[in-house]
Amino acid sequence: MNLTLHVWRQKARNTTGQFVTYKATDVSPDASFLEMLDVVNETLIEKGEEPILFEHDCREGICGSCGMMINGVAHGPIGGTATCQLHMRHFKDGDNIRIEPWRARAFPVIKDLVVDRGSLDRIIQAGGYISVNTGNAPEANMILVPKAVQELSMDAAACIQCGACVAQCPNGAAQLFTSAKVAHLGVLPQGQPERYERVVKMVEVMEEMFGSCTNYGECEAVCPKEISIDFIARMNRDYLVAQFRGPRSTILPPLFNTEEELVTNET
Amino acid sequence: MELNARIPAGPIAEKWAKARFDYKLVNPANKRKFDIIVVGAGLAGASAAATLGELGYNVKCFVFHDSPRRAHSIAAQGGINAAKNYQNDGDSIRRLFYDTVKGGDYRSREANVYRLAELSVNIIDQAVAQGVPLAREYAGLLENRSFGGVQVSRTFYARGQTGQQLLLGAFQALERQIALRRVQMFNRYEMLDLVVVDGQAKGIITRSLLTGAIEAHAADAVVLGTGGYANVFYLSTNAKASNATAIWRAYRRGAAFANPCYTQIHPTCIPQSGDYQSKLTLMSESLRNDGRIWVPKNQGDNRVADQIPESERDYYLERKYPSYGNLAPRDIASRAAKEVCDEGRGVGSGGRGVYLDFADAIDRLGRPLIEERYGNLFEMYADITAENPYQSPMRIYPAPHYTMGGLWVDYNLMSTVPGLYVIGEANFSDHGANRLGASALMQGLADGYFVLPTTIGDYLVTQMGKKVPTDRPEFKAAQQAVEERINRLIGAKGTRTVDSFHRELGSITWNYCGMARSAEGLRKAITEIRQLRDQYWREVRVLGSDEEPNQSLEKAGRVADFFELAELMCTDALHRNESAGGHFRVEYQADGEAKRNDADYAYVAAWEFQGDGEPPRLNKEPLEYENLHLATRSYK
Repeated sequence: MNLTLHVWRQKARNTTGQFVTYKATDVSPDASFLEMLDVVNETLIEKGEEPILFEHDCREGICGSCGMMINGVAHGPIGGTATCQLHMRHFKDGDNIRIEPWRARAFPVIKDLVVDRGSLDRIIQAGGYISVNTGNAPEANMILVPKAVQELSMDAAACIQCGACVAQCPNGAAQLFTSAKVAHLGVLPQGQPERYERVVKMVEVMEEMFGSCTNYGECEAVCPKEISIDFIARMNRDYLVAQFRGPRSTILPPLFNTEEELVTNET
Repeated sequence: MELNARIPAGPIAEKWAKARFDYKLVNPANKRKFDIIVVGAGLAGASAAATLGELGYNVKCFVFHDSPRRAHSIAAQGGINAAKNYQNDGDSIRRLFYDTVKGGDYRSREANVYRLAELSVNIIDQAVAQGVPLAREYAGLLENRSFGGVQVSRTFYARGQTGQQLLLGAFQALERQIALRRVQMFNRYEMLDLVVVDGQAKGIITRSLLTGAIEAHAADAVVLGTGGYANVFYLSTNAKASNATAIWRAYRRGAAFANPCYTQIHPTCIPQSGDYQSKLTLMSESLRNDGRIWVPKNQGDNRVADQIPESERDYYLERKYPSYGNLAPRDIASRAAKEVCDEGRGVGSGGRGVYLDFADAIDRLGRPLIEERYGNLFEMYADITAENPYQSPMRIYPAPHYTMGGLWVDYNLMSTVPGLYVIGEANFSDHGANRLGASALMQGLADGYFVLPTTIGDYLVTQMGKKVPTDRPEFKAAQQAVEERINRLIGAKGTRTVDSFHRELGSITWNYCGMARSAEGLRKAITEIRQLRDQYWREVRVLGSDEEPNQSLEKAGRVADFFELAELMCTDALHRNESAGGHFRVEYQADGEAKRNDADYAYVAAWEFQGDGEPPRLNKEPLEYENLHLATRSYK
């Protein structure tokens, strides 16, 4: 199939960018979106033009490196898919495709389609971990984790930190990303001692850099791992609890009995 | 070159305890006086950087990604082995040790493998404490599954994303140390050379992938956790940016390269579909727990799978290896697939594919259970191929996946350059000639969490007060060499793209140094690689400047190193006149199985760089088996 691409080209962070039109010809429907761009880039290099810079690595939808706005939608038209897993069979011969970098104030453009997502790592640094040094661990089966709790934790932990949630959000908010990490650790028994301190620290750093959540829900719609916005509600609740009791409340028994509540509420 | 493996004396089960007692310790107050560079932040690099930070060292960690969490460990799917014996099925440290040595076709070092098996249990403890959501039974206890080459269930997993979850555990520990300022993180930096001063590793030369700035960084020790080199084949299951530059530059600075010809071709990958293809996608080995592998009995049988009656199907792994069946080790399963395709019985376009069929498993267990176990893998397959694997069998074919070879290290994980440590897939240590499934994650984390942080102190105590500033001539010279090389790549101003050369190199290596190798083919490969390399330096086209993000330039440097590495791989494969594990020389086989030659080749081949255009020197570390006796592998 033949396609017309309108690609955002921007030399550097502080220069003005523009859309440039390229033809992609003889595209195989079995090629991935990035493989289609590879072919365009090979042609550009042969013509002596600089290739389009885009971030990518594993090409299996797990490393979270890739991502671009495709016709205004983060990772393109197919739900639950990262750009590298999007195949050209989902497009039609003659289509026009508009390709832009992630659009968010917290993600400045580096060049072309590559942006700086370092702000997400800063949220993790604020508290997205369990403070256990190597060697501190008890025997693994000493910590019982009900299957439903482990599954819920895993649903949240599946986040690949691609930034699509932020890019799609009209507010440029990072609630889905942050809440996924808060829930991954916060629902597990191992995560209880730091649960409230963690949520406060992470939310505060998040708010320094990102917009506010007003429940558009677009993050969930574009998330390549289909992470649920229920986790945002969960994060807000934990944050609220921490406000009542202070972030140090973790030294007290938790206000809600997490595990029991989970097992009875989750289906 | 003297190869001293520094294996502690004494019974194998006591070696690690003895070594830990014998190592000199660094006083806690002195730890902060030592600077350690860690290159790479996959399972090995991230776990090492975090643990060294926790211990109190000053750590600088370098990755070429935008975040340490992107390292290719993240793509490991199936699981991680540990000798917990939670299933009460006869597992033990000794059995994991035995399975690993046997799986590696008796070409690994006993003492290292035993230590790996011992530490496997601590890894699971550590991961669980970090909040890694490993699969659970209904009572809340950890669950296991089976992997190839093994008759016990000892694989722990987190859906089909075990590598991702374990890496996130290590990444979170690393981010915590970054926040505590124990680790200084350098994202989007690539290591382009190792700096050796008076015979000791004292730093590295890096290039910022954002600004192109070339910088020198000094330290008391350098740790490489930079992964394997399967991308030498161009098409592999590795991530696009995975490369051998760090270990190759270290080789050129004096670190011996061990067993480069031991590469793993994974049996279950999605077959190639077109020339545009940029990589191959792995379908986890865990699928072989329930999937059955078959091809039609007759050549050229073009009927769709469900039209082929049971009596006309050849479940060749079950037929040839009745006791292990579909769970035969990777090298054997891959070779068997190639064999049936070579016989003209392959399926799919081009006849390079075999079926992996879940119809029986769905009948037996029901679709919901299969979805729970493998749902994400089935979805991935459907996304890529537009076929529904619940209805028709998957088509799979072997693809380059992992490299057992790597920089030679002693028991302490130190290379032949004092002060240069190598961990994870980047070293050669534990898997011999073939790695068993779910053992890469185990080795990366054992090295990073437990082994390296313990052994490195024994070296550091000898480096007290021996810091070297970056204005030393060795740093200047290395920096200059890096700059010249970059200018040469940009200055070639040729006509062909880097990728077009890489594809061609990949096809040479795959055809002559892939699943089947012959002396004649390898000689031919070496000639062709040299010709193509000369052409590369004349005709490569790298556009743009070296002072901005420039992926063509990044690739160009990596591919230049792959050329040299590919030649060493072929040289090693040509010298090893036997078949062992993933190294299959067609001249050396018995009934289609690899035929080892223990009398002449029971050694590690450690190649030493002698200068450009000079043949590398072969050093041998004899492999002594004191606890297991050398036997012909049988999975029948």
